[in-house]
Amino acid sequence: MTEEPVLRVTGLRREFGGVVAVDGVDFEIPRGGSLAIVGESGSGKSTVANMVVGLCAPTAGTITACGRDRSRPARSAKERRLRGREVQIVFQDPYASLDPRHCAEQTLDEVLRLHRADDGKQQRQARVAELGDLVGLDARQMRARPRALSGGQRQRIAIARALAAEPEVIILDESVAALDVLVQAQVLNLLADIRERTGVSYLLISHDLGVVRQITDETVVMRRGRIIERGPTADVLAHPRQPYTQVLRDSVPHAGWKPTRALRALTEGAQPS
Amino acid sequence: MTVPVLEVDRLVVDVLVEGEPRTVLHEVSLSLGEGEALGLVGESGSGKSMTARAVARLLPPGARTSGTIRYGGHDVRTLKGGALRDYRGDVALVFQDPRAHVNPVRRIGDFMTEALRTLHGVDKHTAAKRAAAALADVGIADGERRLEQYPHELSGGLLQRVVIATMLLTEPKLLLADEPTTALDVTTQAEVMAILDELRQERGMALLFITHDLDLAGAVCDRTAVMYAGQIVETRESAKLHEDPLHPYTAALVTARPAVDRAVDRLAAIPGRSVSAFEAPDGCPFAPRCPHAVDACHQERPPAEYVDGGLVRCIRADELRGRLAEEVAFHD
Repeated sequence: MTEEPVLRVTGLRREFGGVVAVDGVDFEIPRGGSLAIVGESGSGKSTVANMVVGLCAPTAGTITACGRDRSRPARSAKERRLRGREVQIVFQDPYASLDPRHCAEQTLDEVLRLHRADDGKQQRQARVAELGDLVGLDARQMRARPRALSGGQRQRIAIARALAAEPEVIILDESVAALDVLVQAQVLNLLADIRERTGVSYLLISHDLGVVRQITDETVVMRRGRIIERGPTADVLAHPRQPYTQVLRDSVPHAGWKPTRALRALTEGAQPS
Repeated sequence: MTVPVLEVDRLVVDVLVEGEPRTVLHEVSLSLGEGEALGLVGESGSGKSMTARAVARLLPPGARTSGTIRYGGHDVRTLKGGALRDYRGDVALVFQDPRAHVNPVRRIGDFMTEALRTLHGVDKHTAAKRAAAALADVGIADGERRLEQYPHELSGGLLQRVVIATMLLTEPKLLLADEPTTALDVTTQAEVMAILDELRQERGMALLFITHDLDLAGAVCDRTAVMYAGQIVETRESAKLHEDPLHPYTAALVTARPAVDRAVDRLAAIPGRSVSAFEAPDGCPFAPRCPHAVDACHQERPPAEYVDGGLVRCIRADELRGRLAEEVAFHD
């Protein structure tokens, strides 16, 4: 038996009214690993992310992070804080996910007061500066309100905030999708550096196969709430076994690409074999 | 090349920001022939949407322009009354978010036939028939049922196809598409792009296609113009942008994008951030971030010059040609 995975999800299911959004999802992430959930809108990928971080409760199934069960909502503030040190999330929209009245230093200090209650003011200040360095924000940017910062800079704050609680897993829910391509490249490099330096694990939710290829080791493909294909990212993208995955792959614009109407019709017919 | 449908020459646009005029476009020149597609690629704030708005006469109040926008022999900037109405009948727009573009409390049928009935005097029954036929053209089979539905009953991809079908009903000569597929899933995007491409070729419609994705522009556009800080830094055959870019910014766009077929140790991320036209320093606006910049680059704005059938604003374009090609080849 190898080391216990940092995140394990088994038989995960979520219903909204009569609709099954997530159906029998299983996966695990080894310590320091990086897994992508790939799929289109409505595939259930973000619902999985929300259940793992604790924003919605599974209808059935279990979620275990760092060896502790988190399938049911936390019953106490202490339990919630404990869970916060296991899993954090970075959302897609860097404009909507920060408090407009707080600068980066205040945002990070708030997290530290909760999660490192024993630290004094000076220790917290040192840690805030350290986090700022880690995500590449200078002193002026750390003291600016979000409205004075660009999308890329705001997303760096969101990443620093996730790191402040020293979690084992960070969920990146389309975290680079709203960024311009040159900024996206900077943030992707930053995410790779952080993983190397801190040993944190990533759960990436994305529809962008180029981003998936760049920062994950393993990939699961979701469609209509189920996982239809899984494997090492390089294999899944280079040799998709399911016709649907192939269609996703072929729909990505690249040099010399020609769009066709047929692709989407294929996805309607493409049933898991 | 045929007679240009649209010709923009040294267009400068200043808009009011908190009462102060700010330059958002600097000497933008482009031309678009009948049935031709031109891609306009750039990052947020580069001025690509502002260019489309200037062409559509939809600039914000207080905006000042200089230069010319010629359509059918007239300067669009000075059109008034009936002439402006006619022009607007010839030009159709498709935006990123179809849901922000349709009236949520009106049926799809009402939305689609409004222009036909009010501008062209087509009767209700005929208009509905034509709307259903237009839906079939964009791959929506049960058109008659869709006409009775409300926007909230349709998915984003379906609604965007409804918007495109609606634009086509009035048979525009020029289509301005501003990131029409950005909010859609990749498979839906491929379909919508295929539809746009077919319609353009069948109807000889000129297309100005705005996107942040160089590859997407290349898929449907003969030529692509790359914008940075409110000016076009390079205009070229789309296919050549990937293998032989003339401007260092184009090369940076190509190499920064992560590829589906391979991961790299580090993506080629150039430092700094993109600036708007009014923040741009003297000299070449890209110079502060450019790995190839020399002293002269910071002195004055490079003029647009012809190189190998393309237009480029870079004083080192000739000497850098081989090197930029190597940079992007290493990426591919």
